[in-house]
Amino acid sequence: MCGIIGFMSRKKRMIKGDKIALALDSLKERGNGKGSGYVGYGIYPTKYKDCYAFHILIDNTPKFEKIKVEVENVLEQYGTIVKDEEIPTEDGIIEKTQIPWRYFYEVDEKYADREEDVVVDIVMEINDKVDGAFVISSGKDLGVFKAVGWPNEVAEFYRIDKYEGYMWLAHARYPTNTKAWWGGAHPFNLLNWSVVHNGEITSYGTNKRFVEMFGYKCRLLTDTEVVAYILDLLMRKHKIPVEYALSALAPRFWDEIDKMPEEERELHTAIRLAYGGAMLNGPFAIAVGTPHGLIFMNGDIEKDTTMFGLTDRIKLRPLIAAEKDDMIFISSEESAIRRICPDLDRVWMPDAGMPVIARPWK
Amino acid sequence: MIPSYVPPKYKVEVDPNKCMLCERCTIECSWGVHRREGDRIISYSNRCGACHRCVAMCPRDAITIKENAVSWRSHPLWDIDARADIYNQAKTGCILLSGMANAKDHPIYFDKIVLDACQVTNPSIDPLREPMELRTYIGKKPKQLEFEFVEEEIDGKKIKKAKLKTKIAPNLKLDTPIMIAHMSYGALSLNAHLSFAKAVKECGTFMGTGEGGLPKALYPYADHIITQVASGRFGVNEEYLMKGAAIEIKIGQGAKPGIGGHLPGEKVTAEISATRMIPEGSDAISPAPHHDIYSIEDLAQLVRSLKEATRWKKPVFVKIAAVHNAPAIAVGIATSDADAVVIDGYKGGTGAAPKVFRDHVGIPIEMAIAAVDQRLREEGLRNEISIIASGGIRCAADVFKAIALGADAVYIGTAAMVALGCRVCGRCYTGLCAWGIATQRPELVKRLDPEVGARRVANLIKAWTHEIKELLGAAGINSIESLRGNRDRLRGVGLNEKELEVLGIKLAGE
Repeated sequence: MCGIIGFMSRKKRMIKGDKIALALDSLKERGNGKGSGYVGYGIYPTKYKDCYAFHILIDNTPKFEKIKVEVENVLEQYGTIVKDEEIPTEDGIIEKTQIPWRYFYEVDEKYADREEDVVVDIVMEINDKVDGAFVISSGKDLGVFKAVGWPNEVAEFYRIDKYEGYMWLAHARYPTNTKAWWGGAHPFNLLNWSVVHNGEITSYGTNKRFVEMFGYKCRLLTDTEVVAYILDLLMRKHKIPVEYALSALAPRFWDEIDKMPEEERELHTAIRLAYGGAMLNGPFAIAVGTPHGLIFMNGDIEKDTTMFGLTDRIKLRPLIAAEKDDMIFISSEESAIRRICPDLDRVWMPDAGMPVIARPWK
Repeated sequence: MIPSYVPPKYKVEVDPNKCMLCERCTIECSWGVHRREGDRIISYSNRCGACHRCVAMCPRDAITIKENAVSWRSHPLWDIDARADIYNQAKTGCILLSGMANAKDHPIYFDKIVLDACQVTNPSIDPLREPMELRTYIGKKPKQLEFEFVEEEIDGKKIKKAKLKTKIAPNLKLDTPIMIAHMSYGALSLNAHLSFAKAVKECGTFMGTGEGGLPKALYPYADHIITQVASGRFGVNEEYLMKGAAIEIKIGQGAKPGIGGHLPGEKVTAEISATRMIPEGSDAISPAPHHDIYSIEDLAQLVRSLKEATRWKKPVFVKIAAVHNAPAIAVGIATSDADAVVIDGYKGGTGAAPKVFRDHVGIPIEMAIAAVDQRLREEGLRNEISIIASGGIRCAADVFKAIALGADAVYIGTAAMVALGCRVCGRCYTGLCAWGIATQRPELVKRLDPEVGARRVANLIKAWTHEIKELLGAAGINSIESLRGNRDRLRGVGLNEKELEVLGIKLAGE
């Protein structure tokens, strides 16, 4: 189970968060009230647009202040906290076991040449070493909001309708492999990558040990976390073009590769050889927000935000794509899309293992 | 002559009511157990090793072999083996020789590890209906792929395309992650080798030559053969290196870490002499160390020399016995241009080894795989080098567990011989193998038909391959890449905390 929904305006029109909350609410049957979450891109358009927005969950216990100081000690090692505050929430809706805090943050200039690596290091250090605190988003001009609760409860709790973004992804969780807790809800984010996932990653043990070789630490107790790290490794660190990075996640079958023309065959063989540990197995349908566009016919890596959806190679989980004017949607179910956009231009079911990639119009 | 004080281990009986005096048993037994005397068959039980050749060939099912029920005073410390070994050494003054694998009652960790399967939340995959990919590439992999962007003209429009810049080093392509281990021509018969060669070709996998060189009869199968360079350098020349699909440097063997090999002169027939490039009838001794390798740097030089000699077209593997320091050695190997590290556990088989080594030296393969895989990951090298595990792999589940612990593929030795009929009687070193496997005697060798042998070995590999596919499907995995190092899918039963820690697995229920 689990329900996913995402949409993006290719004109980068700003859309209020109540739309995504409404769409996710129609997927509540796919969850069990044990976790819901949202990520909005473009939600901090004013003076903090160029700051890293760290959303951090801190245990709501008498140790809260002590944990917060530990978090700040890590942050202050590498840069400056421009502003910090509790993320505004509505009381009395869900049990507030965690306090969501956000820091707008600038990395020191001395780290300018490896700024994003420093942010990754900060996330890993807090998640690994600060007992009681977890970073749930660390990108620029975006933010993850997640908790244990039904989709409408979590949306209301975080006042999602007060935010506007040009891309939104959301998730209703039915936890099956680990217990429900706030950090284990989706989306999973690192830098500008955000992942929502319906399924179970049966290759998790392999994937986790693969990314650990490159310094990532899986500490959020849910298999989907590793997908965000694999994407960061392949696309940001190793600069693999998006279409090929997705091929590493859901590779072509050997039978297909064997029939390809020589150059393509070599390329896909190389992907499987070099990135076998990044291959995702088991049932999955994922939707991802990314900062990099795809290389297709125009060649250059686009820096614009992009959204894509991808299923496993034998499509053990559903994924529907749809378009209306500048809008592109990805979801577990068509009904969730029609709830917010009844009149669609095109609806299609992507083939197993084939990505749907959407990027903004120029 | 000092008499033996050890009673026969087995008791051989021929039922006179069933026996029709065809004398088949007297012909079949290469150990001289049976002899006709008048109208009955006399059996010398003290010569019997329970190889079952006579039992299998008796047309009347008249022969029974039982453990000899002679009573010894039971004692928890001075068990029968301890006393028998002393009697034998007091008789001969020699090192005791033994064949096959470690015979001590040590834990078999494979049997204390259980596998995971899907139930409800994620679906099992049915290998009869969905693709199940076992293809494995053994060899050097790049740390990361690099692309370059080139301009191409398509339909009159200039466009940029991403092209792969990284060149992948030569790898062996395996259709199943099961290969046949290095067992030398000399230790084994040509017909045994031919059986293996035909089988691996059919199954899309590989066999090792062992250190005995490559007999010309195997040349048609050279694309599926890994040639070995051991300390004796038997049969090693440019043609030999270029013939095989890959080269393996043997530093150590699981059954006898720290010592070399010895093929007695009487086994060095004209054919073996020609293949090994040594005089007929001379002892073939491979010393424990390679006399040009006294450090990891020397090993790295040999790896590079072999690559130069083969124009960098052949992957080079390095085989070590599983010992305490295996992870550190593996890191050295990984940084030496080698393409794969082969780890041979202490339950690995042998044609002949001092019993004291076979039973007391080395560590379990399960621990070694886990420790080597983990250390290579900590050093960021695991992705660049393959791990091949061997030594005591008995079934498809062992293969599966070895891969989940971190191996890329396995070698099977004893299991492949058992497929040929071997009874694990442990007397390979005598050269009298009644099944025609571990012998050079022409009359025994011809008992093994290579076509039949190949069918049996290929059947075994295929049967295990089917079972691995079923196990993968049950685990909801459709490609072997996702099993490799996937220790989350393993659980320990009856293991202590430290054992679980070394294996990197959780206890059942966790």
